Amino acid sequence: MSREYPTEIAGPYEAPPRSFVDDEGRAIELRRYGDDDFEDVVEMYLAFDPADRAQGIPPTGESDVREWLDSLADGDFVAVVARREGAVVGHAVLVPDRHGDFELAIFVLRAYQQAGIGTELLEALLGAGREAGVERIWLTVERWNAPAIALYRKMGFEASDTDSFELEMAARLAD
Amino acid sequence: MDLLLGIGGSEDSFRALEETLERASETGDSLTVAIVENPESETDVEEIRGRVEAALEAASFDAEIRTLSGHPGSQLLELAEREGYDRIVLGGGETSPLGKVELGSIAEFVLLNARTTVTLVR
Repeated sequence: MSREYPTEIAGPYEAPPRSFVDDEGRAIELRRYGDDDFEDVVEMYLAFDPADRAQGIPPTGESDVREWLDSLADGDFVAVVARREGAVVGHAVLVPDRHGDFELAIFVLRAYQQAGIGTELLEALLGAGREAGVERIWLTVERWNAPAIALYRKMGFEASDTDSFELEMAARLAD
Repeated sequence: MDLLLGIGGSEDSFRALEETLERASETGDSLTVAIVENPESETDVEEIRGRVEAALEAASFDAEIRTLSGHPGSQLLELAEREGYDRIVLGGGETSPLGKVELGSIAEFVLLNARTTVTLVR
């Protein structure tokens, strides 16, 4: 694969746990994902607005959601959850590809979008990734999704393959 | 119905072939398999032809196999329009490690440019 990674290192960002108050005054907690979080993450995806799906994920329907989450937890993945009053409202994950690089995805429930949670959650994920020894990260995003693209740029991602149908972006966490 | 299936050697293109053979065996559609040069695939034309022939034989299905050289998407479209195929069939993309659907470059070109109906097999 001919993906180009930026030479500059993104961040460094602080690893979780940490807490913050979002732009709507809600107290949000960020933590590394653990097996105990599985059921609450399933709950979050069952409440997920299908209009916010991207390229077929998350799947719809409980059994497909469970199967998909199981498949993400295979291997050396890194994940962070955002909770508000106990319930999971955001989930971000790094999953290894065949080359030892990591693909990134982040999902935030509709009611919690545009409140600064995505930025905090991404920073926490990149911090957790760096702590876990992740060096190179890539993602794909729909070209029309300007808010997401702006957020990824701010975090240190650059377009890495301009030919593809979806925009591919990459970031470097370590040399 | 006359189907034109484009195959460039990616796994999703072979999946599309399998499903199309299964369906065409039931419906009686006629099928042409066009082998194209997919820059994203490392499988060469002879290897693809071998796998296509094996799949046809396993399904006891008779289909013409053609080889198209040059830009795969535009060559497929040209053939479909010139010979009046009813439908172009292509693989519907691979999935990323995270499970995201990633459309191949041939499917993208064909979808955006075709005047013929296109089926993507998922």
